[in-house]
Amino acid sequence: MEKPFISLYFQVIERKFVGRMILPLIKKEFTIEFRQKSTLAGILVYIVSTIFISALCFNKIIHPVVWNSLFWVIFLFIAVNISSKSFMTETKGKGLYNYLYYHPTHFILSKILYNMALLVVLSLLTFFFYSWFVGSMPNINIAMFLVNLVLSSSAFAGVLSLMSAIASKANNNISLMAILSFPVLMPLLLVSIKFSKHAIDGLAWSVSYKYALILIMLNFVVVVLASLLFNYLWKD
Amino acid sequence: MIKWWKISSVVLILYTIVWGLIGNVPRLDILNETIRNVYYHVPIWFAMLFQMGYSVVFAVKHLYKNDLKLDIVSNQAAQTGLFFAIPGLLTGCMWAKFTWGTWWTFQDPKLNGVAIAVLIYFSYFILRSSIDDELKRARIAAVYNVFAFVMMLVFIMILPRLTDSLHPGNGGNPAFAKYDMDNNMRMVFYPAVIGWVLLSIWIFDIKKRLAFIEHEENES
Repeated sequence: MEKPFISLYFQVIERKFVGRMILPLIKKEFTIEFRQKSTLAGILVYIVSTIFISALCFNKIIHPVVWNSLFWVIFLFIAVNISSKSFMTETKGKGLYNYLYYHPTHFILSKILYNMALLVVLSLLTFFFYSWFVGSMPNINIAMFLVNLVLSSSAFAGVLSLMSAIASKANNNISLMAILSFPVLMPLLLVSIKFSKHAIDGLAWSVSYKYALILIMLNFVVVVLASLLFNYLWKD
Repeated sequence: MIKWWKISSVVLILYTIVWGLIGNVPRLDILNETIRNVYYHVPIWFAMLFQMGYSVVFAVKHLYKNDLKLDIVSNQAAQTGLFFAIPGLLTGCMWAKFTWGTWWTFQDPKLNGVAIAVLIYFSYFILRSSIDDELKRARIAAVYNVFAFVMMLVFIMILPRLTDSLHPGNGGNPAFAKYDMDNNMRMVFYPAVIGWVLLSIWIFDIKKRLAFIEHEENES
């Protein structure tokens, strides 16, 4: 390193840089995604058919623990499927272009923010279809469940973006993506599952707010770590 | 040349094994004689944590200095740490069988944390083996190492504080003071910690020197 990276880090996330550098990158991601509607449609079909299969298998789920765990297993696989794509499309030539034109912190932040937006929307859709097909829980605290869903899906997106970047450097192996990300995601998943169990049981905010705080903190840690570490993955 | 700390490691471990088995321990319900496991199980985990921490420190150093030797050190420390996880798990399982009545439970945050840590280091070695280029492998493995360690740390610090644990010394605090130890036991426990950590350093030292020799042979 020519310069200590930490000092540069705070310099590059100043406000004007965010507006000038990160937003166009996110816009680019969205443009590419919506130009190729097949991938997005594919993910939607994946979500609906997975939930439909589980609805066929279970008919109606009465037990809250089963409902909860099935939901998070489906969510985990959807999240890994979506986010593993985020660096797979970066071919060698594109990588060189990005390397020359963008700052690594801007690049990874734009990827993370884009994945967060995508995953939050898709997780809400998953929740919608899941409660439609499989049935909702009687005591569920919807507001708390949605807060949990938004916070955990953004943290998932952060972790998975970095893991996808690592996997893309190691020959783009799709099973490697799962091997790398599952153990790292497990702590996060445990917090989300506990929080969502509270929401399903209809517990008050006063007993469950600490989970929301942990998820916010994890979001913060993941984004900062990913944007610091990506600089070292970036060079070839 | 045998250094003083190698001798003291052997002496300390021998002393704790012998004195740990014949020394006096407090008679407690359920625990009974199994409390002696604290002389073996806990120091082995301390040795593992020491090696894992060492590995992360050198991963960070490698990211700054880009020196392959630092990566070798980091890799060997991680291997030594994983090696110590095996006796740590075995002694823990054995203890759990005689006090909780089961070899393993998925309800406990400490046990889950250990399982996740072992899985993370397995995937770390899989990641290493899937990249051919040495410099690239070193860099990417270091990134994964740092990221995974910080996630683990956050998990270990926070989650046990939220849920109840069957594990002694629970509440997320380091095990020391909460054990029902008297001064007799402390006289064995502290030397045991030092002895096992020194042993892990010894094993690591041999592995490191071997890896350096291999590295130099490949260079020339």
